[in-house]
Amino acid sequence: MAQDKKGFSHDLIERNTLLLIVLVLITVSIGGLVQIVPLFTIESTIEKVEGVRPYSPLELAGQNIYFREGCYNCHSQQIRPFRDEVERYGHYSLAAESMYDHPFQWGSKRTGPDLARVGGKYSNDWQVAHLVNPRAVVPESIMPTYGWMKDRPLSYGDIADHLKTLKIVGVPYTDEQIANAKADVEAQKNPEGDTAGLMKRYPKAVVANFTGNKTVTEMDALVAYLQVLGTMVDFTKYQSKQLQQ
Amino acid sequence: MTSATLTSGATLGSQRVSEDVRYHEDAIRLFVIAAVFWGVVGFLAGTFIALQLAFPALNLGLEWTSFGRLRPVHTSAVIFAFGGNVLFATSLYSVQRTCRQHLFGGEGLAKFIFWNYNVFIVLAALSYVLGYTQGKEYAEPEWILDLYLTVTWVLYAVQFIGTVMTRRESHIYVANWFFMAFILTVAILHIGNNVNVPVSLFGMKSYTFVSGVQSAMVQWWYGHNAVGFFLTAGFLGIMYYFVPKRAERPVYSYRLSIVHFWTLIFLYIWAGPHHLHYTSLPDWAQTLGMTFSVMLWMPSWGGMINGIMTLSGAWDKLRTDPVLRFLVTSVAFYGMSTFEGPLMSVKPVNALSHYTDWTVGHVHSGALGWVAFVSFGAIYFLVPVLWKRSQLYSMRLVSYHFWTATIGIVLYITAMWVSGIMQGLMWRAYDNLGFLQYSFVETVAAMHPFYVIRAMGGVLFLTGALIMVYNLWRTAKGDVRIEKPYVTTPHKATVGAA
Repeated sequence: MAQDKKGFSHDLIERNTLLLIVLVLITVSIGGLVQIVPLFTIESTIEKVEGVRPYSPLELAGQNIYFREGCYNCHSQQIRPFRDEVERYGHYSLAAESMYDHPFQWGSKRTGPDLARVGGKYSNDWQVAHLVNPRAVVPESIMPTYGWMKDRPLSYGDIADHLKTLKIVGVPYTDEQIANAKADVEAQKNPEGDTAGLMKRYPKAVVANFTGNKTVTEMDALVAYLQVLGTMVDFTKYQSKQLQQ
Repeated sequence: MTSATLTSGATLGSQRVSEDVRYHEDAIRLFVIAAVFWGVVGFLAGTFIALQLAFPALNLGLEWTSFGRLRPVHTSAVIFAFGGNVLFATSLYSVQRTCRQHLFGGEGLAKFIFWNYNVFIVLAALSYVLGYTQGKEYAEPEWILDLYLTVTWVLYAVQFIGTVMTRRESHIYVANWFFMAFILTVAILHIGNNVNVPVSLFGMKSYTFVSGVQSAMVQWWYGHNAVGFFLTAGFLGIMYYFVPKRAERPVYSYRLSIVHFWTLIFLYIWAGPHHLHYTSLPDWAQTLGMTFSVMLWMPSWGGMINGIMTLSGAWDKLRTDPVLRFLVTSVAFYGMSTFEGPLMSVKPVNALSHYTDWTVGHVHSGALGWVAFVSFGAIYFLVPVLWKRSQLYSMRLVSYHFWTATIGIVLYITAMWVSGIMQGLMWRAYDNLGFLQYSFVETVAAMHPFYVIRAMGGVLFLTGALIMVYNLWRTAKGDVRIEKPYVTTPHKATVGAA
């Protein structure tokens, strides 16, 4: 058994630890390299789409709460190109729409519905009422309640650092956006104030006092995030090149 | 061929050589205790969150007890805490015997690894409950904990590979190929998937270096191979040592071991994109993922055949040895879930199954049936040896554990098959006017009875584990239960007794 016909024998590998290690490392590296590296080099991986912008500071804080609460355990943010999904949730997801998500939140399970285009689907008041007690608005829901989040002040003293960190990993935040980060959190919560700068920096941001609290709360941030999901791209103007062919 | 000699020439038997090598076993006892403890914690957490899906009031309205924060506690407790400690215990036990050498770095290094790994587990679980997470499934620990784990893992690699390199056997036994592939690849995956930039050096929060579609691909390259290398290659190492040892038969085929090993570790790495079918991931990557997933069926079944056929000539032992029954059933479950996996990776099937509880059922047929059962078998084997007892406290209790757990698994996976397929079909159902027939929440309501059945399956599985804890406790104490023994020929024995 140990002596093979052509001179090579597996016996050699079984006697040589380093050889075994090297061969294992080569064997397990190939697949990952072939699948991952081209995603960074092939330009068509992410189709360029009008309208996708980095999250506003309040939306970003909301996304961090979305991470923290593990929403991705039960909600996907990825609409597949099937008739039923497009009718239920809206236009199928484009790669560009999650290009500023660090990490992606496509999810793997729909214990609850997909949220890729939940923005604008419900009113701010509905979102708040639903988060406080999902069963008050959807009796059959099995979602946990998040009432404790409604009045808890959002910690956003270091929000500019978050923008700076994201800039390092490739999100194109401008110096102006970073300088105004903290003020923009408060501006997005105050519809009576001056929001011109905010709206210029973050078009389509939903400005509202979501929870009615005086201070910015965690739920304000989360609802601001939910309300922007899937709304950045104007699909009346979007024409996929593939569809045109 | 004697029972102590395996096809590759390495020996499994410790009796023959124990005079000249003193094996290290203190740390291994600790790993076994931790494995059993975390197993119970993980099964309990799983049962609790299963009940939360059936009865949402169990989220208790508190931030620390919501499903979203507890689910990572469950997955980490069963995969990394239970599975991890089992892998440490079994690999460090068997590598000494197959290399006829005590541990490189000695008892001290093994204990150091033990404490660091288990402190890591506690910190990770606490961090999830308190809301610190990277937001990636099975890779939740934040950057500082990732670094801590990396150091611990490197020490483990040094200890295991060092032992192999200082071996007194000429050949490296097949179980050790698998353990080494598991250790090396998990290191690559862990580092590759956790390249993050922290917001502050004094805070937990960080952002992943990659985003969107690339982040999805990297995450599932990691996620699928956490299954492929942590929960498969590592546990195949357990199979290749403990099944032949318990059955007292040589591994069925040496040639199959070689083919199985290299094809398995080569193909597994490619399968990740099947978690991303029909998403924004480019089609070419999805197609590669599907193709390699289907091919993966072959080496998986090669391994299953090699494990099960090792019982050739010893099938009668299944009747009298419930520990061997755990080991062999685990390999059968391995065969089943590695058939189901390739099936679900085929794009049209995945169109139905993805996002549903069918996936959850599939994972659990592998996790409960394969990973946990092979672990139970190995633990039942190890405890009498490590605590120097002639036998387990009770074989009957092992059998009760086996049947309780098996019925639990059957309830679990059938409930998830039925409900998952139902859910997928309801999402795409149209009425005769051409409208979607069901609102989303109607599909949620329809899941309720199945969530209850699934939770009952979990309760049974947990009950079985508690029976095991009692049995092992009494074994360690040195007790032997007075019970009717399992005999080789039950019919004759009955006649004889009558």
